[in-house]
Amino acid sequence: METKRCVFVGVGGQGNLLASNLLGQAALSMGIPVVVSEIHGMAQRGGVVESAVLMGEVKSPIVSNGEAHVLVSFEPLETMRILPKCGKKTLIITNAQPLPPFTVSVGQGVYPPVDEILDKVQKKVDNVIALHGNDLAEEAGNPLSLNMVMLGALIGSGAVPVTEAVMKETISKSTKKAFLESNLKAFDLGMGVSKKLAKSMKP
Amino acid sequence: MHKLLTDSPGKEMLLLGNEAIARGALEAGVAFATCYPGTPSSEIPEQFFAISRETDLYFEYSTNEKVAMEVGAGAAISGLRTMVTMKHVGLNVAADPLMTLAYTGVEGGMVIVNADDPFLFSSQNEQDNRYYARLSSLPMLEPTNTQEMKDWTVAAFDLSEALKLPVILRTTTRLAHIRGGVKFGKLPTRKTKTTFKKDPFHYVCVPAVSRNLHKLLLEKYDSALERAEKSSFNEIIGSGKWGIVANGASVNYVSDAVSDLGIEGKVSILKLGFSYPVPKDLCTRFMKQVDKVLVVEELEPVMEHDLKGLAQEQGINIPIKGKGVGALSRLFEYDPGMVRKAVAEYFDIDYQAPAPVDTSDLPTLPGRPPNLCAGCPHRATLYAVKQVYGTDAIHPTDIGCYTLGLLPPLSMGDLVICMGSSVSSSCGFSRATDQKVASFIGDSTFFHSGITGLINAVHNNHKFTLVILDNGTTAMTGHQPHPGVDTEPMGVHRTQISVEDVVRGCGVKDVHVVKPFNVKKTIEALRASFEYDGISVVISKEYCPLFAKGIGKARKARPFYVNLEKCKNHRDCINLLACPAMYLEGEAVRINKNQCIGCSVCAQICPENAIMPLKG
Repeated sequence: METKRCVFVGVGGQGNLLASNLLGQAALSMGIPVVVSEIHGMAQRGGVVESAVLMGEVKSPIVSNGEAHVLVSFEPLETMRILPKCGKKTLIITNAQPLPPFTVSVGQGVYPPVDEILDKVQKKVDNVIALHGNDLAEEAGNPLSLNMVMLGALIGSGAVPVTEAVMKETISKSTKKAFLESNLKAFDLGMGVSKKLAKSMKP
Repeated sequence: MHKLLTDSPGKEMLLLGNEAIARGALEAGVAFATCYPGTPSSEIPEQFFAISRETDLYFEYSTNEKVAMEVGAGAAISGLRTMVTMKHVGLNVAADPLMTLAYTGVEGGMVIVNADDPFLFSSQNEQDNRYYARLSSLPMLEPTNTQEMKDWTVAAFDLSEALKLPVILRTTTRLAHIRGGVKFGKLPTRKTKTTFKKDPFHYVCVPAVSRNLHKLLLEKYDSALERAEKSSFNEIIGSGKWGIVANGASVNYVSDAVSDLGIEGKVSILKLGFSYPVPKDLCTRFMKQVDKVLVVEELEPVMEHDLKGLAQEQGINIPIKGKGVGALSRLFEYDPGMVRKAVAEYFDIDYQAPAPVDTSDLPTLPGRPPNLCAGCPHRATLYAVKQVYGTDAIHPTDIGCYTLGLLPPLSMGDLVICMGSSVSSSCGFSRATDQKVASFIGDSTFFHSGITGLINAVHNNHKFTLVILDNGTTAMTGHQPHPGVDTEPMGVHRTQISVEDVVRGCGVKDVHVVKPFNVKKTIEALRASFEYDGISVVISKEYCPLFAKGIGKARKARPFYVNLEKCKNHRDCINLLACPAMYLEGEAVRINKNQCIGCSVCAQICPENAIMPLKG
């Protein structure tokens, strides 16, 4: 199969490591060769958290600059920061709702207007799927389910060979019962938005 | 049941590299495991900690790596299969026992897992611990993926037992923290008790004994070398004239580079997995079959120097290069694109790297450095110390979440070199200067290696304040217990040792215990300590909020809000504390009620008393 290099980026606490781990598990259960990489430890104290999922005949667990097939970003500022991982053909799936870093609150920088961020990002690559991930997570009944919204958006885009059914089964297996319903709803909401937007994507 | 106890041979699971190592140990019948946690090794002992509660595996979080190594040595010399895990700098702490344990050797298989951290994702340096194999003459295995991490761990135990030597299994962050498929083998029953056979003229390393033991070690080294020559972990892949030598994570980058560049037929790859003792015959054979060699290894040019030396010895006159080709350097970690480029450059292949999007027109983005959590007691303590000591005092700090206090606006951190260095370096700072010194150390780090420094400070009459930030856990590496922790909520019965008792036992006369969320009282205690003419210790006790939540002891306080009618926008709260629960909405300071845990520190420092608990 064709190699797929996916990069996940978010802010400590947003749950992107769980998302990449679940995607990896789903891929493995479909018999797709997969390798995931994560950064743990100090990087997680509210800092930027990056992970990668590589599928197909590839051994390296890292995505070099310009080589991501898909970027799944949980935060618009971080979408912009991680742009060097992308090339013209990279599909960017991004949450459009900001989580400003504390440096902004103490006046050590300005958070660019989100519209401006999205506008710039859209000019860099062929396809961008931007969604209001936090709103969708709230709608699903659990503000912490942003990672499920983003996973849904990824599967809905059709950019990776993992199916909706297997992804949902994997989520079901590894979610506490109390959150299962909201997690699956969040996944569906993300997938719905992404499927709609994916229809008008450039090839 | 813990997932790693799944007894279905042939089953494949997506495992973290560190989980794969733990599974390998279980498949080898490990009976005894010790560690001091440290990123990127911490998830190995996390598995053992959980598994030890379900099985007869003995596991302990030891006080530090030296202790872990020695506890493990006792078990392995007695005959039990033993694993000791640590991060690269931990092996510095454990180097003393390591070097002579190599002399005594072991009876039961002993595997030392050492995790290096190229790029320093969460470390103070990026030293290359392949040198420890050379320093100690111990065999080293370097797996390259999750399956090998499991399988080679099993093999490492067998190798250790065959050679009667500890074996070092070396990973790096990009192996420890990747996830990949792992096919399970069988789970044997483990031998958990044994009888120590006395042999003082083998184990008591006085000079006369050690002279014999050093000779014995060199004999074992020769035997290890023979095994390395024949080991399937060392492999020549392909038969082309372009030679590439790689180890660990780099093997993957090389393998992908060769297929991405479509040069499979032209290349021979020498993968060194049983990397020490260096299999000289195999390397010689390899160098004789190729026209030139590229060495791809992260950090130091260890293999590169070995191969150059060997080529000289064997009269092989071909170009051998590593560092300096393309972007391959002694710094940081490698990546697939970098290695692909270096391979293309070295073998003169036409190659156009994929173009990243142009980011030259992007605005300067605000940084997002890691930060102390909302309601972190360290913030409160560091803030209070700053009020008392101002900006001229020296603040040696130590290794833990509180190291983040070095960032503005707290800016409380002047030196970190290693675990425990806050206390001992304070002795030097306070003697060498007339500046006030107040240093910081966490509870786990204090037990790890702060106590000896404190005894030194008392004995040699040094004058400074040591602030012990006691948050009841080892927070940064993932909330592992340590000797000062009440382990009962974790279902483990260990004796809890009071930090205060230890401090007093070390001979410290001026001791203050404070609750940092009481800002006024904390500042009062710090002021008394500031005035004290001698060594003074302030123990600041408050749970890490993340840990407290995990053990059901979260604060039952209401979150706070900013009453905009009272607020005059001094912004002391946000500017002096930089709590991530605070943000600006336009010009107004707001508090995110989902993040605020109600520590109330901001409310206590607000000059207008404008920060109040939310009602209801």
